Amino acid sequence: MPLDFEKPLEEIESRIDELKKLNEKADVNFDTEISALERKLKSTSKRVYSKIGPWETVQIARHPERPLLRDYIQGLCSEFLELHGDRCFGDDQGIIGGFATLRQHRVMVIGHQKGKTIEENITANFGMASPDGYRKAMRLMNLAAKYKLPIISFIDTPGAYPGLEAEARGQAEAIARNLTEMSTLPVPVIVIVTGEGGSGGAIGIGVGNVVLMLSNAVYSVISPEGCATILWRDGDRAPEAAAALRITADDLKSLGVVDEIIPEPVGGAHRNADATIEAVGDAIVGQLRRLKKMSPKRLIDQRYDKYSKIGRFKKK
Amino acid sequence: MAWFKMSGRKQAETADSDLWTICPSCNAHIYKQEWETGLKVCPKCNYHARISCTERRDLLIDSGTWKEYAAHVTTSDPLDFSDAKGPYKEKAAAAKAKTGMKESVLTGDGKIGGIPVSMAIMDFRFLGGSLSGGCGEKITLTAEHAARHRWPFIIFSASGGARMHEGIVSLMQMAKTCAAIARLNNLGVPYISVLTDPTTGGVSASYAMMGDINIAEPRALIGFAGRRVIEQTIKQKLPDDFQTAEYLLEHGFIDHIVNRKDMKEFLHRVLQYGKRR
Repeated sequence: MPLDFEKPLEEIESRIDELKKLNEKADVNFDTEISALERKLKSTSKRVYSKIGPWETVQIARHPERPLLRDYIQGLCSEFLELHGDRCFGDDQGIIGGFATLRQHRVMVIGHQKGKTIEENITANFGMASPDGYRKAMRLMNLAAKYKLPIISFIDTPGAYPGLEAEARGQAEAIARNLTEMSTLPVPVIVIVTGEGGSGGAIGIGVGNVVLMLSNAVYSVISPEGCATILWRDGDRAPEAAAALRITADDLKSLGVVDEIIPEPVGGAHRNADATIEAVGDAIVGQLRRLKKMSPKRLIDQRYDKYSKIGRFKKK
Repeated sequence: MAWFKMSGRKQAETADSDLWTICPSCNAHIYKQEWETGLKVCPKCNYHARISCTERRDLLIDSGTWKEYAAHVTTSDPLDFSDAKGPYKEKAAAAKAKTGMKESVLTGDGKIGGIPVSMAIMDFRFLGGSLSGGCGEKITLTAEHAARHRWPFIIFSASGGARMHEGIVSLMQMAKTCAAIARLNNLGVPYISVLTDPTTGGVSASYAMMGDINIAEPRALIGFAGRRVIEQTIKQKLPDDFQTAEYLLEHGFIDHIVNRKDMKEFLHRVLQYGKRR
C-alpha cells in the first residue's frame, strides 16, 4: 500500500518485478535493464525521501506495515515472558510488557501494541491504552526496579484512550502517577519512539534517561488534525499544523527532547522492517552499555536534570 | 491533551449591567455587590465562577506575608509558532497585557493561618491557564524552593491542558513538574492539590492529580479527554455529571469538595497534620 508520494517508487519496483519474471520465462536476458532500474530506484528513493515534509512523515509514522512492538520483540529477544494485569482491574492490550532477553541483556520490555489486522487492532484499541494499561506498565517498571533490570519502553500510540470507562477509572491519575514514579526509578530507562508519539498517552510510559527516536517517527503534544481543528478551525489544514508543531525526530533532537535519532533504511521502516529492527537493537544495546555503569542515584539525578532542562527559562 | 475547547460557561464579569451579574450556570440575577462579597459564588446554585490568581491568593494568604517567587519567568516561543490567527508571540503579548501576568501561573510563598507554604496559582485568563514551558518552569522552581525550606507546597490548578503553541516542550512539562513532586514526596514535604474549574488534559494528567490530598471546588470540570472528543470518537452517551468534581469524588480521585469560603480553613486543618515533627 504505497503512500501518495511513494508512487514513483512503486512504479519502478513493479517494472523490476515484471522484468524479473520475464527473465525466468524467456531466453532473453534483462539483467542490464534490471540493474539500471535498481540504480534508478535507489536514487529516486533518496530524492523522494529527502524532500518529504512533516505531514508525509506523519503518514510514514502511521504506516500499517511499519514494525510493531511484537516485531521488535521477536526480532531482538531470544526470550519474552509476557506478564499480565494491573492487579486492580484488568489486562489492557493497548500496552503489553514482560521480562525479555534482548541480545543477551535481561531487561523489562514495555510498550504500546498496535495491531496488524482489524481484529488485533480492536483488541489493542489501536494502541490507545486505558488506565489499566498505564497501571500495568507501572507495576512492571516497579518490578524491574526490584529485580534491578533495565527498562526498555517502546512508544507507538495515537494517544491515551478517550472513553467513558477510561475517565471513570482515572486516565489522568494513571498517567500522572507514572510520570511521578518513573522519575525516581533506580534502574536505566530507555525510551524509543518507533511510530506515533501521541501526547499524554506517549509520555505516560515515556520518562527515560534517554529518549531514542526512529527517523520517520513523530512525537507531539496533539495530533496535527486535532491542532488544526482548534487553531485553524479546519481539520483539513493538518499539514500546516504538522509543520508548525515541530514533531519530527530532527525537531525533537534540536529541542532537547530526543537524545539519539535512529536512521531508518532509505524508503522507511515499512519497506525494510528487518534492517530497522536491527538498527533499533544496536541503539538499545549501545545505550544499555553506557547506562548500566551508572549508579541508581546518578540515574535518578540524570533523568531529573534531563527533564528540568526542557523549558528552562534563560534570562535575556 | 489540549483538545479542549472550553465549555460554554462564560465569565460572569462579562454579563450585563453595572448593578447586576448573571450567574453563568443558573442564569439567576444577582446584585453585583452580593456577587463580589460572596467570592463570585452564586448564592442560588453554588456555582463557583472562575477567579483570578490574585483574587485567590488574597482569599488564602495571611495579609502582608506574600512574597512572589520565580517572577522573572515569562513566556518563550521555542517553536516560533504561528497559526491561522498569527504568531504565538502576539497572542502571548496580548495575554500579558490583558492580565498583567507574565505566564499562566502565579508562584510564591506566604502564610496560611501562620503556617508558611509555597504556592502556585494558575489563572485561566492567561491563554486558558495552559501549561507551557514557562508555566512548568515556575511550578518546578517553586516546588524546589519549597523542598529547600521544607515548606508545604500547594497548587491551585485552572487549566485547559498543555499549550499547543509550545508543542512538545509543553508536553514535557508534565514529566518535569511530576519529577519535582516526586522529590517532595521523597523528602516528606506535603503537597496539596486543589482542582478548580477547569482542570483538564495535561494538567489533570500530571501534578493536579498527584496531591497527598486532592481537593476540588464544587462542580469544577475535571477530566483528561474532552467531552466532545469522547462523544465523537467513542460514540458513547455520557452522564450529565460526567467529569465534575462530584463525579471524581464518587470515583475515588479526590478527597474533598470544599466551598471557596471554607478553603483557607480547610487547608489550615490539613496542614496541621503535615507539620514537621
